[in-house]
Amino acid sequence: MTLNGEPVEFLAEPRQTLLECLRDTLHLTGTKEGCGDGNCGSCCVTLDGNLVTSCLVLGVEAQGRSVTTIEGIARGNDLHPLQKAFIEHAALQCGICTPGFIVAAKALLDAEPAADEERIRLWLANNLCRCTGYDKIVRAVQAAAKEMR
Amino acid sequence: MLQMKPFEYIAASSVDDAVRALGSRADARVLAGGTDLIVQLKSGRREAELVVDVKRIPELTAIAMDADGLRLGAAAACIHIAANRDVRTHYPALAEVAALIGGTAIQGRASIGGNLCNAAPSADAVPLLIALSARARVAGPDGRREIAVEDFCIAPGKNALAPGEFLVDVFIPKPASGTRAKYLRFIPRNEMDIAVAGVGVAATVVDGKITMARLALASVAPTPLFVREVGGALEGQAPSAALIEQAAALAQAAARPISDMRAPADYRRHICGVLSRRALSAVLG
Amino acid sequence: MSTAYNVIGTRPPRHDGADKVTGRAIYGADVQMAGLVHGAVVRSPHAHARIKRVDTSKAAAFPGVMAVVTADDFPQTPDRIVDLGEGETPLSYVRGNVLAKDKVLYEGHAIAAVAANSAHAAEQAARLIEIEYDVLPCVLNVTDAMAAGAPALHKESNVTDHVRHAMGDSDSAFASAAVLIEREFKTATVHQGYIEPHAATALWNNDGRVQVWCSTQGAFVVRDVVACLLDLPVSRVKVTPTEIGGGFGGKIPVYIEPVAALLSKKCGRPVRIVMTRREVFEGSGPTPGSLVRVKIGADASGKFVAAQAYLAYEAGAYPGGMVGAGAMCVFAAYDIPNQTIDGYDVLVNKPSTAAYRAPGAPNAAFATESVVDEIARELKIDPIELRLRNAAKEGTRRADGPKFKKIGCVEVLEAMKAHAHYAAPLGEPSHAEAKRGRGVAIGYWFNIGFASSCVISVNADGTANLIEGSTDIGGSRTSIAMQAAEVLGIPVEKLNPSVVDTDTIGYTAVTGGSRTTFATGWAAHDAAQDVVAQMKARAAKLWEVADVSFAQGVFRAGDRSMTFAELAARLSETGGPVVGQGSVNPRGAGGSFAGVIVDVEVDTETGKTTIVRFTSVQDAGRAIHPSYVEGQMQGGSVQGIGWALNEEYWMSDGGRMMNASLLDYRMPTILDVPPIDTVIVEVPNPSHPFGVRGVGEANIVPPTPAIANAIHDALGVRLRKLPMNPPSIVAALA
Repeated sequence: MTLNGEPVEFLAEPRQTLLECLRDTLHLTGTKEGCGDGNCGSCCVTLDGNLVTSCLVLGVEAQGRSVTTIEGIARGNDLHPLQKAFIEHAALQCGICTPGFIVAAKALLDAEPAADEERIRLWLANNLCRCTGYDKIVRAVQAAAKEMR
Repeated sequence: MLQMKPFEYIAASSVDDAVRALGSRADARVLAGGTDLIVQLKSGRREAELVVDVKRIPELTAIAMDADGLRLGAAAACIHIAANRDVRTHYPALAEVAALIGGTAIQGRASIGGNLCNAAPSADAVPLLIALSARARVAGPDGRREIAVEDFCIAPGKNALAPGEFLVDVFIPKPASGTRAKYLRFIPRNEMDIAVAGVGVAATVVDGKITMARLALASVAPTPLFVREVGGALEGQAPSAALIEQAAALAQAAARPISDMRAPADYRRHICGVLSRRALSAVLG
Repeated sequence: MSTAYNVIGTRPPRHDGADKVTGRAIYGADVQMAGLVHGAVVRSPHAHARIKRVDTSKAAAFPGVMAVVTADDFPQTPDRIVDLGEGETPLSYVRGNVLAKDKVLYEGHAIAAVAANSAHAAEQAARLIEIEYDVLPCVLNVTDAMAAGAPALHKESNVTDHVRHAMGDSDSAFASAAVLIEREFKTATVHQGYIEPHAATALWNNDGRVQVWCSTQGAFVVRDVVACLLDLPVSRVKVTPTEIGGGFGGKIPVYIEPVAALLSKKCGRPVRIVMTRREVFEGSGPTPGSLVRVKIGADASGKFVAAQAYLAYEAGAYPGGMVGAGAMCVFAAYDIPNQTIDGYDVLVNKPSTAAYRAPGAPNAAFATESVVDEIARELKIDPIELRLRNAAKEGTRRADGPKFKKIGCVEVLEAMKAHAHYAAPLGEPSHAEAKRGRGVAIGYWFNIGFASSCVISVNADGTANLIEGSTDIGGSRTSIAMQAAEVLGIPVEKLNPSVVDTDTIGYTAVTGGSRTTFATGWAAHDAAQDVVAQMKARAAKLWEVADVSFAQGVFRAGDRSMTFAELAARLSETGGPVVGQGSVNPRGAGGSFAGVIVDVEVDTETGKTTIVRFTSVQDAGRAIHPSYVEGQMQGGSVQGIGWALNEEYWMSDGGRMMNASLLDYRMPTILDVPPIDTVIVEVPNPSHPFGVRGVGEANIVPPTPAIANAIHDALGVRLRKLPMNPPSIVAALA
């Protein structure tokens, strides 16, 4: 498959999830597991551009497909506007949900650069955060959207 | 981390290919979006020797509209259904329901076909499909056949598919002019929740008279529940608040919910009445 | 208010920001090392049962399995009372909670564990462990547990402690009350809900040393518990805290670390255990459900003359729950001359309870603040005005003994009263069946001090490295470094803070009790002062003068001056590196008050409550990094909203948690909450060098009663049981 723009090859047992392959086989531990059943969004990645929870994708399903993880969001040493905005707006506290939120928010802003607060909240409702109360996450995504436009 | 037991995996490339694969093992499971199946394999609620991925079969992910109606490939992801122009134009309630199942990242994988095959009483898409007179088109070792969606779910987690059969697509006839449809559900949160109760309705009004009405319920019976008597009470009548109340009462009376961690039975019954009235008002008001 | 400072009160980016937005930060489950094997824990399916037999032979024979352990593998040291950072408790209870021996006391109670060469094999093998139980009747709430003849968890009674605080004579004072309200309240067991499951890796090295890498609020607590349970000197256990994905009190207790260590001892390989979400709900510590009765009497002017409280809190499976803190906080916001407070710690067949953000206080405040609202309505006094008439101030004595020093209760109430939200119209409901209402409430948390250590080493380029032992759950690296930077007169970017292992820094208590920015910040302040003193001596040596002054980052003597960076470059020629240290164990934690104004809309047909507008007000003492203070307030507010409306342990009669998933536990999503407006009040804590009070907790205390009061305002009915979910609102309206 293509992982963050580069071709990779690996072996997976059918029962291994994409999340497991990313974390344990490919050692990309930026994608987190919070629940294992698609209800927290910490493991969000994009699969051929679609936002998915990688805990509910089999690794073998990704064969020949393109996967983007949190490790593929920054361009070299330059943080993506969303990453900068999350730091500047204090949109993370413990940071465990942050990779999922950034991957999810990027998928939204790539498709809908003009997304408003209502749209942002609806899109991100698959991602749980227990620290921030979400307020500063919304502000950060709005700020990044403005920056990206 | 919850681990799945070992199984084999095949990505089928055609309907025939999938039929062959499914026939090769007693315990073969179809994988569409995986948002139910993978959870069940992890929790041990279902087991599989073989998982047959049907997403690489073009027919299974197609969303195609013609003069007769809409063919919704069984593995088409909700996010594509919700965004499809034909669906939004001719079946706006269906586009809404596709955007209701799970959150964004679930919708990137989950399919309405999967929602149907999983046969959960709480499936959000199924009451609306019943209301829209949809038919499930299945393929198996003995060829293809159609099953009315209201007959498709037979018990919690059990569907009407025979061994070796699988769902190819769902056909939804083009609604007659003057038809409106709606699915309303109640969840305590605003997202990422399972319907405490849900109501799907479709009704056609021609010259001030209701010529067709169908209503089905979610989460109040062992399967999605088609309440035929609502149609009987409404058809031939002129819409009115009193008529809607009467039909909602019929729907509420048909509900036979259980109490569990998601809600007590009496509350589900109550909500059934509220949602039925609101959904009927939306399509008849 | 912070104009006197250069760094404090500003909003610099956090030092670990880049690591955490790129996925590079290493959390508990991200630890990788050569030879790592995977552990899985076997847990009880019963809430209460005697263990008759444990047969591990099939698991041990399973391909890939490298070790199997049970409680018998712990050194069988005789029972004694130990204090491992969470108060005194018998060793047997700590050990029994980590791995049950004779009896299981809750569903999810750990019994055995397996290590194998893959997580898949470990889990499959764990299922092969055969355990025979003698199932016992269980008790799941305080009423049943306190009833005569109730099944006992440990000894004959499930009531393991009774705390009583009294002053004045409440019984006779009630006679003079013009209004007397007495009500009973119930709250459900709830979980902290951190997104990162517990994760730990342990290596029992060939030299007999044990190393642990884990996600914890207190690395030294883990060290002490592991050493105690394995009967090792603490110097042979080294705990490296990873980044931590939320805790809120729930990652203070130790569960899997000693088990991973035992497995490692048996197989000679590093062993990693990561809990599943179900294990987190069933096998870690939630915060207690409770039954609280509150009675308050007021005279005609609204002055509270007497108050009584009865608090019965679930302890969970082992004694030592949160009722003590509840009894301290129940009336702390008010000056009431006559009080009687009785608190009962009650064993139930649920996991041993753990702290959760102001643990015990929200249960109590739900009762007190609902009763205060009723009194305000009865007397037709504005609810904030009524609270102001009775607000605790400097010198007010609490029933549990202490007299308040300078506190910000009045200032918080004044800020609420002055806020535009309080005067704003409620707005039209969104549909015909909806009604709107507004509620207010306040809450108190005492905050804690405890020990902290900090070391600062100066680099020749004018920067400094700061090492500390407080795990950083919400930006505390930066809020601590800011206090050092303020003293050193350098920008906080010039400080490089690290959270280090237990071999590398002095004892530091948990990140909890709102103590980290307060106490570890204080240690950083002291370490920085130590650096300044040493550098002054270096400047004096260079300049051959007796006295050197230091201000704003510049050393001066007469007309000579050197910046911090200039002097830092000359340390090697003046005697070598400068290393400053600070260690504190402060008693002067300043309590924090918080208040909430909330508008709700309730759908009268479905019973669903929508939070329309929410304002959180809190006394921070001094806001070191205002963004992080706001973040604490917003986070606590939304947890309070979840607690108020939907969250609960939904137990079957047999004691099984039926909603142990993030789907059915129903924590608020981003769509369930409005923007959370914040007002930081600053009434400096006279006991801290910068006036810090600590802001992590008080904010979760007022949301539940404020929402209950708002629902009453909207509907005219009072909900006295949490959660106030749609079915209970429909039932209340029927």
